[in-house]
Amino acid sequence: MSLLEVDRLTLGYEGQTVIKALSFSMEKGDYVLIVGENGSGKSTLTRAILGLKPPMSGAIRFGEGVKESGVGYLPQQTVIQRDFPASVWEIVLSGCLGRMKRKPFYGKAEKEKAEENLALLGIEDLRKSCYRNLSGGQQQRVLLARALMAAGELLLLDEPVAGLDPRASEEMYRVIKARNREGLGVLMVTHDVSGALPYATHVLTIGHDKTTFEKVGEGDKDNA
Amino acid sequence: MLETMANYFSYPFVRYALIVGILIALCSSLLGVTLVLRRFSFIGDGLSHVAFGAMACAAALGLTSDMTVVLPVTVAAAILLLCTGNKSRLRGDAALAMISVAALAVGYLLMNLFSTSSNVSGDVCGSLFGSTSILTITKTELILCISMAAAVILTFVLLYNRIFAVTFDGDFAAASGMKASFLKVLLAVVTALVIVLAMKLVGSLLISALVVFPALSAMRVFRSFRAVMVCAALVSVFASAAGLLVSIAAATPVGATVVVAELICFLTFSVIGKFLGRN
Ligand SMILES: Nc1ncnc2c1ncn2[C@@H]1O[C@H](COP(=O)(O)OP(=O)(O)OP(=O)(O)O)[C@@H](O)[C@H]1O
Ligand SMILES: [Mg+2]
Repeated sequence: MSLLEVDRLTLGYEGQTVIKALSFSMEKGDYVLIVGENGSGKSTLTRAILGLKPPMSGAIRFGEGVKESGVGYLPQQTVIQRDFPASVWEIVLSGCLGRMKRKPFYGKAEKEKAEENLALLGIEDLRKSCYRNLSGGQQQRVLLARALMAAGELLLLDEPVAGLDPRASEEMYRVIKARNREGLGVLMVTHDVSGALPYATHVLTIGHDKTTFEKVGEGDKDNA
Repeated sequence: MLETMANYFSYPFVRYALIVGILIALCSSLLGVTLVLRRFSFIGDGLSHVAFGAMACAAALGLTSDMTVVLPVTVAAAILLLCTGNKSRLRGDAALAMISVAALAVGYLLMNLFSTSSNVSGDVCGSLFGSTSILTITKTELILCISMAAAVILTFVLLYNRIFAVTFDGDFAAASGMKASFLKVLLAVVTALVIVLAMKLVGSLLISALVVFPALSAMRVFRSFRAVMVCAALVSVFASAAGLLVSIAAATPVGATVVVAELICFLTFSVIGKFLGRN
């Protein structure tokens, strides 16, 4: 069974169809880019896959144990109130709650993993900082670290590099690719096609009249 | 000074009032942090008006134990208000205002029409501004209150991390596999329970103060969720104890005195926050 199977999925709001009869499937270790114009339904699709938006028809099926091992998610916009008191450490750690079942407190394993992800994204020094005092790019890294904490076999990213400078984007792609090489399935919505394409194995293009899903290569950029 | 205090503590009603007051304030401050951050600051007001309306209904129906009506009605209202999607925030806000004033009006009307007591406005005033009933607590009520508070505190300690995640980003919490909607319902139920209890202390018009002041005070100074929670709890315990003692010593209205104590704490924290350059 594949990692993820989307079967004739139709999505929409209040009777208005946004995505019609979409089918594709993803294997372990695939790196799928989702591209398309503004308003074509990319975010709607990711939210449906995450179970945050019920489909009008069709089905979304996960491979065995995929859901249980955790799905990481980086939202396009996080509607976090301006005055929310939360430290970077608290936010990153909260990524693994979904997988902790009934355990009430973080254990050593969770804390070590959080350290690892902070280091991976180069934000160890921000650990004690307050989230809302960070720059947009720093906030994005914190949220990616949180998503990586949650991701067991599948990671969904909705425009992860929006608002990042070219170097930071490249950096972020590398971090994601490193985890992808370890077998993590990646589904990334992006408008930065030229930047992300070399890393991807598949591209899903969502258009108003035509939707295509194609293999684009091995996604082996800097596989030195 | 100390002697007079010691003298007060020799009365069981003072000790009971202090225990109940502190526990209620502690519970509402814990809830307050998440409510303020989820933009539900006025839920305390709304729910306590609903409880007031329900109380009047129970009295009109001639029920002896009004809690059998008040609790289910308030819990239902809380779930309705707190668990609808956050996309309809504006509508939720308007719904809250509507329910709040409607319940208040209906309750007052019922009390006037059906009350058997000769002092209707006194009764109404008591439930709006906090009656002195906190000073006449029985042992059973004390035990009920302590067990309720213990349940609330235990919930918050055990679910602390999850409450943070749901408050910070409900979508992510749900997506990463947490039972976010269950948590929201649980928090709504706990909110309703605490508010029904807290009406005893400050009455339904001043209840928002217990919910918002400790959270806002803590947020003036602290920058992490844990610190804000701990500080809000401490502020609230301190302010309610101080307020209660002052009101007993100076014979001032209990609810109003506690709220003024909370206000003073808030102002103090604002000044400290300014001083530390955190605004
Ligand atoms: N909550 C909503 N209620 C009603 N319609 C919505 C809602 N969210 C999105 N839509 C509509 O669904 C369509 C797809 O929106 P979506 O956010 O999925 O687009 P997108 O592809 O992610 O665009 P972008 O590139 O700008 O992020 C849009 O036409 C939008 O108007
Ligand atoms: Mg989008």
